[in-house]
Amino acid sequence: MNRFWCCFFIFWPILAVLVSWYSPDMDWWFPGEPGTPIGSQIDDLFYLILVIVTVVFIGTQIALCYVLWTGVKKQKGKALFTHGSHNLEVIWTIVPSGILMFISLYQLDVWKNFRVQSTFPEAAIEAPVAEVTARQFEWRIRYPAPGKVLKLTPQPDDLYTVNDLHVPTNRPIVIQLRSGDVQHSFFVPDLRIKQDAVPGQVIPILFEVLKGGDYDLTCAELCGWGHYKMRARVLAQPESEFNDYLLGLQQEQNYDGVADEPAPSLAQQTKEVRQ
Amino acid sequence: MSTLNPAMDHSGVHDHGHHELSFVQKYIFSTDHKIIGIQFLITTMLMLLVGGALALGVRWQLAFPWQNMPFFGRFFMAQGGAISPDAYTMLFTMHATVMIFLVIIPVLAGAFGNFLIPLMIGADDMAFPVLNMLSYWFMWPAIFFFGLSFFFGGGPAAGWTSYPLLSALAEAAPGSGTAQTMWLLAVTFIGVSSMMGSVNYLTTIINMRAPGMTLFRMPMTIWGMFITAILQAFALPVLTAAGFMLVADRVFDTCFFIPEGIVVNNADPTRGGGQPLLWQHLFWFYSHPAVYIMLLPAMGMVSDMLSTMCRKPLFGYKPMVYSMAAIAGLGFIVWGHHMFISGMNPALGMTFMISTMMIALPSAIKTFNWIGTIWGGKVEFNTVMLNSVAFVSMFIVGGLSGIFMAAVPVDIYIHDTYFIVAHFHYVLFGATLFGVFGAIQFWFPKMFGRMMNETVGKIHFFLTFVGFNGTFFPMHMLGVAGMPRRYADPYLHPYLEHLLPMNQFMTVCAIIMGFAQILLLGNFILSIFYGPKVGRNPWNGNGLEWFAPSPPPHGNYDVPPVVYRGPYEYSSPLVDDRDYLMQTDYLPPKEPDKESDDSENDSESKET
Repeated sequence: MNRFWCCFFIFWPILAVLVSWYSPDMDWWFPGEPGTPIGSQIDDLFYLILVIVTVVFIGTQIALCYVLWTGVKKQKGKALFTHGSHNLEVIWTIVPSGILMFISLYQLDVWKNFRVQSTFPEAAIEAPVAEVTARQFEWRIRYPAPGKVLKLTPQPDDLYTVNDLHVPTNRPIVIQLRSGDVQHSFFVPDLRIKQDAVPGQVIPILFEVLKGGDYDLTCAELCGWGHYKMRARVLAQPESEFNDYLLGLQQEQNYDGVADEPAPSLAQQTKEVRQ
Repeated sequence: MSTLNPAMDHSGVHDHGHHELSFVQKYIFSTDHKIIGIQFLITTMLMLLVGGALALGVRWQLAFPWQNMPFFGRFFMAQGGAISPDAYTMLFTMHATVMIFLVIIPVLAGAFGNFLIPLMIGADDMAFPVLNMLSYWFMWPAIFFFGLSFFFGGGPAAGWTSYPLLSALAEAAPGSGTAQTMWLLAVTFIGVSSMMGSVNYLTTIINMRAPGMTLFRMPMTIWGMFITAILQAFALPVLTAAGFMLVADRVFDTCFFIPEGIVVNNADPTRGGGQPLLWQHLFWFYSHPAVYIMLLPAMGMVSDMLSTMCRKPLFGYKPMVYSMAAIAGLGFIVWGHHMFISGMNPALGMTFMISTMMIALPSAIKTFNWIGTIWGGKVEFNTVMLNSVAFVSMFIVGGLSGIFMAAVPVDIYIHDTYFIVAHFHYVLFGATLFGVFGAIQFWFPKMFGRMMNETVGKIHFFLTFVGFNGTFFPMHMLGVAGMPRRYADPYLHPYLEHLLPMNQFMTVCAIIMGFAQILLLGNFILSIFYGPKVGRNPWNGNGLEWFAPSPPPHGNYDVPPVVYRGPYEYSSPLVDDRDYLMQTDYLPPKEPDKESDDSENDSESKET
């Protein structure tokens, strides 16, 4: 029975490693290739830590089972009488602290580039693409009028949408994040972006989408009963298409309903609802 | 002198004026630390079932979203038997609240702290017995108000972290009204209870140790309790103050946490210039040390159990003590790692990352020392040993997964996903609760003078361990797949749809694990009455608690203990007829020429 328990304690780490190894094949892994440079860096750091941690995990679990196995076999005589070893203590203090220090210092640059505002490219920070206001339970988006710069306070010619954030690809952009009521968190798993939206604060998020496409935007901070359903999209498209989109949005929004040209469908609907 | 106690010899030195106490004085409003400890233990075991039931509700929703729950569905009548989204938020809020405030903190400090501290340091009771009794009875108003909060708007639903503004404005959620005030009140009560406990533990450990019991002869359990009490004494006032501030914001229209011009649910815009992040700072300034409050005593108890079960001195006693102190010290300067993406100054993120990485170091040292303790020992897998080894094995996972989240850039992605849920369950359940299961089995004979059933204990361990890993290991994958926490229906999002079968598997494991706890409870209750009776020292332990009768009478010892050595002298070459040497055993000094005999005795030593 004692040996059974030894096998039991070695069996589960093996199973854990196997399950982890096959997880990417089973699609129990990252939702896809990261769509941003920062995302690739995050993934690389994740894998770096994963390798270090796996080595330590396997090492310690094997050590644990080894000492259990030898302990089970030793049933005669007294146990080893030792109170410890100073040399061992020194070794297993210094080696892990070196590894941990390496991990933490190695991360600093990525964090700095992602979050520290003074490192943000000037062009991006001066002309944020949009302002995203999280509310219970939707994302309100405000763009500046084409050719204008986003102001902190809403302008009469600003453009508005809900739950559809259009962004240009292949250049660093900044989104201004705010909250209209309680706390939320702007989470785009495919792009590896997450930032809390704090009431009373405007927080810039810097990122660069590499590939055009349609990315899920979710909320990652409990914001009430409908937390799970704050589903939205980030639509990344090339610069020219993005500009066209803004122009179209402006046309819809400025349409007064009496001009000759056929009314854009969305504006039409809004108007009908209002009447 | 409980009724379970075999006839006691009253001729001992303790002259407490042993008049017969009434039943109420003896078992209910008792000032005896042992009875209070057992009261805490039984209360927390009942609360464990409540918290577990709430967790199973969460798991049900994640596996079978919006489907009627069998049997328990009647509690969700308003939704026709299914869990509504606001009921779901209440479920995970109260699961965490019950497990943290009513199970893990009280079972470690309240139950084992109370029962073991005087017994292990050789005191006849706590320094302040009445304060001790109050610390137990202050738990009940907390339980009452937590219970009452369910009847207001469906119960508190802002998460156990209660971040404002969700928790500050009554309009923010159905449970953010009176229920949230009740919740805060209950947390304050439980805080008062813990505070009274920790003041008592500190005084007792500092002032009431038996003759010869120097600080470095204290067992690791006592070190764990001592350092925990310090943590609690310094961190808890911050939470209490933050709680009062939040109550003031809610009730007296102050604005510590409420910024200007916020419109929640079409209510009037808020007035004020508060800062919601302030709550997070204050809350985590307590709640990060609280993680260690929920871990250090278990670390201490496991150190003692491993040493006793392997018949071997603890490997590196002083490094163990120092690393525990280092965890506690660093524990005060790592709270910001809960807030890497919260919008606090990003430069702080770097500081907190380095301090957080450094706190992994003492944890690593402790792990290596536990493995060193088993090394060269004699291993016999009984329930105590199994749970202790599970503690070490699970703590390794919980510790290593913490490194991912300590690294700020990686945390951007896995923050608030199921990865963190996996991490803290590996620490709080995988480590602490397995430690507690072991400790219950280990000190049960001292509590009641009877043994618990080994076979049932092993089956309980097996089912819990398998169920635990089946439930929580896949959560790492869910986290990497980007599944956020606290989602009533994650499958609404296309990128999470394929994770449903995995969640169903986890729920099945959780149900197995949940029902396995009936074995623990049954074993516990039946063994109180029918377990085989044992003497003072069923495990051949060294500590002072094994010097007292089982169960110890009022005043604990029939002979006042005097301590001659540390608690870990197992397999000592100084004695040849047994493999333990109690702290109270006096050995006459030997002549120098006998020393060669000792080494010979070592090789031909006999079993006891």
